[in-house]
Amino acid sequence: MWSELRKAIASFDIPADWIGIRAVKETSTNRLVRDALPQLNGKSFTVGAMLEVLVNGCLGYAATNSLELSSLQTAAQTAYKQALAASEWWIHPFRESERPKVVGEYKSPFLEPLDALSPGEINDLLVRICQTLKVDDKIVQTIASASTTERESWFVSSNGSEVYQKVLSIGTHYGATAQDGAVVQQRSNNGSQANCYQGGLELLKQENLWHRVRQIGEQAIELLTAEECPTTRTNLVLAPDQMMLQIHESVGHPLEIDRILGDERNYAGGSFVNKSDFGNLVYGSPLMNITFNPTVPGEFSSYGFDDTGAVATREYLVKEGVLQRGLGSLESQARAGVAGVACARASSWNRPAIDRMGNLNLEPLNGTFEDIIGEIEHGVYMESNRSWSIDDRRYKFQFGCEYAKLIENGKLTKTLRNPNYRATTPEFWHSLIKVGDATNWQMYGTPYCGKGEPNQAIWVGHGSPVCVFANVEVFGGGT
Amino acid sequence: MKIEELSALEVSFNRLIENLLIKKAEDEQFTVRLSSEISQFTRFNHAKVRQTGCVADGWIELTLMQNQRNSVRQFPFTGNWEVDWQLAYTALQELRDELILLPVDPYLVLPSGNNISREIHSGNLLEAEAVVPTVLELVAELDFTGIYAGGVVIKAYGDSSGQKHWFATDSFTLDYSLFSPSGQAVKGTFAGSDWDESKYIAKINEAKKQLELLAHPTKELPRGQYKTYFAPAAVADLLLMLSWGAVSEADIQQGNSALAALSRQEKQLSLRFNLKENFQRGLVPRFNELGEMAAPELPVIEKGYLVNTLVNSRTAKEYQKTANGANGSETLRAPEVSPGNLVFEQIIPSLDTGLYVSNLHYLNWSDRHTGRITGMTRYACFWVENGEIIAPIENLRFDESLYRFWGENLIDLTTFQEFIPEVGTYESRQLGGSLVPGMLVEDFTYTL
Repeated sequence: MWSELRKAIASFDIPADWIGIRAVKETSTNRLVRDALPQLNGKSFTVGAMLEVLVNGCLGYAATNSLELSSLQTAAQTAYKQALAASEWWIHPFRESERPKVVGEYKSPFLEPLDALSPGEINDLLVRICQTLKVDDKIVQTIASASTTERESWFVSSNGSEVYQKVLSIGTHYGATAQDGAVVQQRSNNGSQANCYQGGLELLKQENLWHRVRQIGEQAIELLTAEECPTTRTNLVLAPDQMMLQIHESVGHPLEIDRILGDERNYAGGSFVNKSDFGNLVYGSPLMNITFNPTVPGEFSSYGFDDTGAVATREYLVKEGVLQRGLGSLESQARAGVAGVACARASSWNRPAIDRMGNLNLEPLNGTFEDIIGEIEHGVYMESNRSWSIDDRRYKFQFGCEYAKLIENGKLTKTLRNPNYRATTPEFWHSLIKVGDATNWQMYGTPYCGKGEPNQAIWVGHGSPVCVFANVEVFGGGT
Repeated sequence: MKIEELSALEVSFNRLIENLLIKKAEDEQFTVRLSSEISQFTRFNHAKVRQTGCVADGWIELTLMQNQRNSVRQFPFTGNWEVDWQLAYTALQELRDELILLPVDPYLVLPSGNNISREIHSGNLLEAEAVVPTVLELVAELDFTGIYAGGVVIKAYGDSSGQKHWFATDSFTLDYSLFSPSGQAVKGTFAGSDWDESKYIAKINEAKKQLELLAHPTKELPRGQYKTYFAPAAVADLLLMLSWGAVSEADIQQGNSALAALSRQEKQLSLRFNLKENFQRGLVPRFNELGEMAAPELPVIEKGYLVNTLVNSRTAKEYQKTANGANGSETLRAPEVSPGNLVFEQIIPSLDTGLYVSNLHYLNWSDRHTGRITGMTRYACFWVENGEIIAPIENLRFDESLYRFWGENLIDLTTFQEFIPEVGTYESRQLGGSLVPGMLVEDFTYTL
């Protein structure tokens, strides 16, 4: 690939200040079994290139799914014309420094290659998961899925960048639906599609798999006769698989600098955070430490370089409750004049890079799970997201979970169904009163973070320990 | 895309089908789907250009079926025959190798019809270089943000039973917001196949008038239940929830549907509420993943009763139902909610005191099995008192059941409908949209 891309760059007859090509080749498989019967077996392959051209401070792009030299040359001409046509109306005069020269490589860690099991063996595993989930006749549906992705990208530029990155990732999901008359409850392994990691097929055979599968089936049945989550204000304890969503929606998105600059206002929205808040805003309690960390081995959104060539490093976004920096690429940093991170990413070759989360983690402090529950006189413990909604400024949110337990006098007692909670972002993070330790820190991920115009769904990772929030409004389902 | 380029793609696609027919074994069946586009995407912020570019994309989805097993391959479609056929033939061989390893699928449906269709909708779109000045000169003094997306979109289908469909359309959408200095905004969409300058000017002038209404200080409302008028764009957002675990027959059968209680006739909606699939506007293809054609119209909810769910052939086979041409995910593709009796001039007087909600944002089921939806108000929402608009509101979170707002609490729907275009661009530019009236609702529940 390198020689073709170098040859293409050298052949472009364009009076541009800078030219870049980001080629992406991706192969992914998706396998889904429902009620022990196959629903989907598929493999998709995509390849193409995004060309960017900088002309008089304006960037234009053209994307093509043909890597032939003539197609790349046509795309370069198109990108050049795009930049010229916008030159009088460009929002910011970008410079080559927003596309620095960088040379390097990143590869996901893995133990077993993605073809270590045949399609038949993977289907057999998924069928067995479905069979094991059906612990009772009241289980009316079981599902199990596995997806794999191998993504390679090559970035070359007229100022000498050469970056190669290869990511192997796996996502698994399984769950059961239980029904008794009009009562229907669903339970899954950490919520929808939350088990997403970088690595190889070793991730399909996680420790305690069959114990966990049986537990999911049993908990679906348990929820049928559980009490509704009470409507009250109380201590809310969130498991790491719900903290993932909480961090994503109420910390990640509001700190995206392109949102703060207004780029997303027509689609995903703006932010309650202002440029002047960086370095000043007390975002949450002193227990709150959030890092942007693309260096965690195996976390879903680890990488060495972003899609514009910025080197990815671990940075504190919130330290001891105080907002430090935002999720802003080199472009956003130049426009906003505030510190950011290496976060310009695109979902594939056919979309331009925008500010993205990568891995966003809540750092552990102290307290085992038993310590945390043991200190609570009354509260509700919730696991696994099932409903999410937050306003365009990322301020007023309401989230729901699959499974909950009442906490009474330091112990988990009754199971609760249809647990929901709502709050505003600042109020919520200021109410953080306990952060668990490394023994209960877990990481999850999702391939479905949506943003951008044109729209892009991208992969993000989130790690967190168990956390306690005081005096939160919780409530149950409808009637 | 020029007509000759379109024609070359169609020739290449047809050739691919013909060659697959030659290569296929006697006991093999296949379907081929094509999705292709050449799209101009120009993104705006503060009446300036944030990103601008052009995307030429296309992919084929080949499904091979043999001995009650099937598997799918997706690969690029470039229009270059040598490249495309090599990818297709490799995929065919990979599929053959894989099928023998897979378990039997008892509900596999083979392509069997004889449907053939060919629709080409030519348009008059802006030239790529003209998009920026044409859009921005009119709004240069405003805080304008959004995206122009335009170009040709092709959806095509072919299979081993001889069915063939070709749907190509030129179209554009300009999805924009105009912001006031206080951060309030007016939302608008301008869409079609012909760029009409006078219509664009009229849209922006109308939006400017609405911006003036947003100049008043915002009113913060306490949580509670308010009589509410939902403009068509807001109704369209609520309607889209029915495609996510509601009208699908498979979802009803598998315990995933918000309309299960309606299906069991334990609950019913208002006699005023009627929903149908209406493909007669021709904005989206009528064929599905098996080449089957949906009827031009299909009533879904009539006078509050669920009269049809969306049933594809696979679901029909599994649950012994009759298929009605639904797509693989059994989602609404051309929904229309019937109008009611509320005339435009009577909207505010009929609301009297309550909320005028222009748009909603980020909807989700908060309790799917009771039909409860949560979400936010967004863009140009007003407090109305005694039939007079008083002030824009601070956005409110709602949490309410569709069995209430389309049921006992539905006061009326407007006599007029609006077409709310689909502006989504995940994976590719989506087509079509919803035809919906506005609606007036009693005691809608706002929670935060």
